[in-house]
Amino acid sequence: MKVTKTTIATVILSSSLITTAVADTIKVGVLTPMSGPFSDYGQQFSQAIEAYQTQHGRSVNGTEIEFIYKDLSGPNPARARSLAQELIVRDGVDYLAGFVFTPNAFAVAPLINQAKVPTVIFNAATSAITKESDYFVRTSYTLPQVSVPVARYALDNDIESVVTLVSDYGPGIDAEVSFVEEFEAKGGTVVETIRMPLDSTDFGPYMQRAGSLNPDAIYAFLPGGPPTYSFVQAFSDNGLKEAGVTFLGTAETQELDLQTLGDSALGLVTGFHYSEAHDSETNRAFVKTLKDADADAVANWASVGAYDGAHVIYEMVRATEGRKDPDAAIDAVRGLSWESPRGPMEIDATYRSPIQNVYMRRVERNDEGNLVNFEFDVLSDQPDHGWNP
Amino acid sequence: MGTLINILIDGVVYGLLLFMIAVGLTITMGLMRFINLAHGVFAMLGGYAAIWLIRQMGLPWLPGVIIAVLAIAAISVPLERWLVSRVYQRPPLDQVLLTIGIVFCMVAISGLVFGTRVSSMPFPEFLSGSLDLGFKVLPAQRILVVSVGVASFVGLWLLLEKTRFGIQLRATVDNVQTASAMGINTRRVATLAFALGAGMAALGGIVGSALMPIEPYYPLTYMVLFLAVVAVGGQGNLTGTLVGALLLGMIDTATKYLAPQLSSILFFVAIIVIISLRPNGLFGRAAV
Repeated sequence: MKVTKTTIATVILSSSLITTAVADTIKVGVLTPMSGPFSDYGQQFSQAIEAYQTQHGRSVNGTEIEFIYKDLSGPNPARARSLAQELIVRDGVDYLAGFVFTPNAFAVAPLINQAKVPTVIFNAATSAITKESDYFVRTSYTLPQVSVPVARYALDNDIESVVTLVSDYGPGIDAEVSFVEEFEAKGGTVVETIRMPLDSTDFGPYMQRAGSLNPDAIYAFLPGGPPTYSFVQAFSDNGLKEAGVTFLGTAETQELDLQTLGDSALGLVTGFHYSEAHDSETNRAFVKTLKDADADAVANWASVGAYDGAHVIYEMVRATEGRKDPDAAIDAVRGLSWESPRGPMEIDATYRSPIQNVYMRRVERNDEGNLVNFEFDVLSDQPDHGWNP
Repeated sequence: MGTLINILIDGVVYGLLLFMIAVGLTITMGLMRFINLAHGVFAMLGGYAAIWLIRQMGLPWLPGVIIAVLAIAAISVPLERWLVSRVYQRPPLDQVLLTIGIVFCMVAISGLVFGTRVSSMPFPEFLSGSLDLGFKVLPAQRILVVSVGVASFVGLWLLLEKTRFGIQLRATVDNVQTASAMGINTRRVATLAFALGAGMAALGGIVGSALMPIEPYYPLTYMVLFLAVVAVGGQGNLTGTLVGALLLGMIDTATKYLAPQLSSILFFVAIIVIISLRPNGLFGRAAV
């Protein structure tokens, strides 16, 4: 705990001053990248929140809800903490939201414990985060939650040997470990685990090596953007696709990158909790609202995380009738379930992360000629497989 | 045996790509002793120009690429004349500050104009498949990299060895003052060499876009790589740059095949070893 005594005193003092007040406006501070290489997240978040407010109104029972955005452009714990403090103390926010990167979420845990600020995580996907504070609620997913179902799907579909290729950083290693554990425990063979440096540009050699081991499938995890693009190209260019090796992944074919990946992405199989092409009334309405506001808008997992995050915040405000009662607010959403654009979802009462369906999808072209993640199988009501209390 | 051939082929492809992009850097660094951190900007702009010309303007592939390369070479002329040449006589720190500033500006501008994600390069039909060599499947785009890379080296070698401009360029690299005293217009040579380097980088950026995807952070991401080629090859030396690029390409590829976990460490260890043994690069000469 590196929070100084003065900080704690200030935070406690300022929060106690407004404890009993019933506010006309509830402020929500959103920490997200708005500039720099990860600025897509900020765009996805704000578009989705706007869509939610368009659909559900800007107030709950007369209490207006206002979102205040702060630019936190990358993994930067110190900056995350100071921005969160600024939002709580100076802007007087009642809720925090956003959080793309795990270290940023960890950094604000002591702060939100002291000031009792319910915080909704739109993205950061490490299981252990919600353990750090009872005021964390997550509306995204966790890495084990999507990796374990992919392993089960593989075993059920006659895939017996796999080579894993992951980027050598925290989330990549988490994904590899949870996939390998599940796959081997159920009788599959992991021929080799390859960890590729995060700054790799040429994936040809890794693909050649993986291909030479003749696996039934490869399991991949890469951060989005340039590496994924080169990686998927390399998969189809190096003949693995032609040789009938199945590509298993999670977020690699996410909607923002999908059209750029082009034909080389066709046929890739991924297991994930949200596809823009999810076939439901709720999702169609969500995507339509997004595109009505901005014709170029694309719905991906970050959008749905923020959209459901806004829902959770609305429910907390509804339950507390606009009063500041953080514990009642959190209790109100423990076990909360609803129909999200991703499908049915529930906030687990204990670990405050989603219990949700994981869909197996294949990249196909739709009638308009666009690439989509077409859902062909579903593993229902997956818990956070990585949770250990 | 199979692995050895794979390393050889992939290493050559990667090395030739590095050569194409870094050769302009080595010429300008050797020529004007000018430290240019913004060289990758030309490769990125070449990529964006080609994508824009082919996708938006509907040009066929080859004319689109040629116009993009010429355009980048043309853009670099006023840049050299009015901005870069001002710091030739200034301390290295000023040069570093100016060029890193250019990089940051270009990163932000291209993010605004083209978006922060990867822009995919359109390739004609005959370049999108792959070629089965029997022992190895080689993507057509890599064959393109090899052909263009070899052609570039031969072209540049002929230019430097057999033309009047080449003689002037080599003379200027050896000693600016003497060359100038002998009646060579060293300012003109520097500008032309800068434009040549920018055009080469653009060409490399375009044909290598499958290995190094075009995105706003391109110039920052690969900056160290390009500088490493120059450091290993020796400033201002054409053959040195080729050997340095091939060597680094080979080392990088070999470590990826043999010890993927250690590949980024081993790559830099190799550079440190080479530079410790040959501080002026493999083919470099100590400053006269």
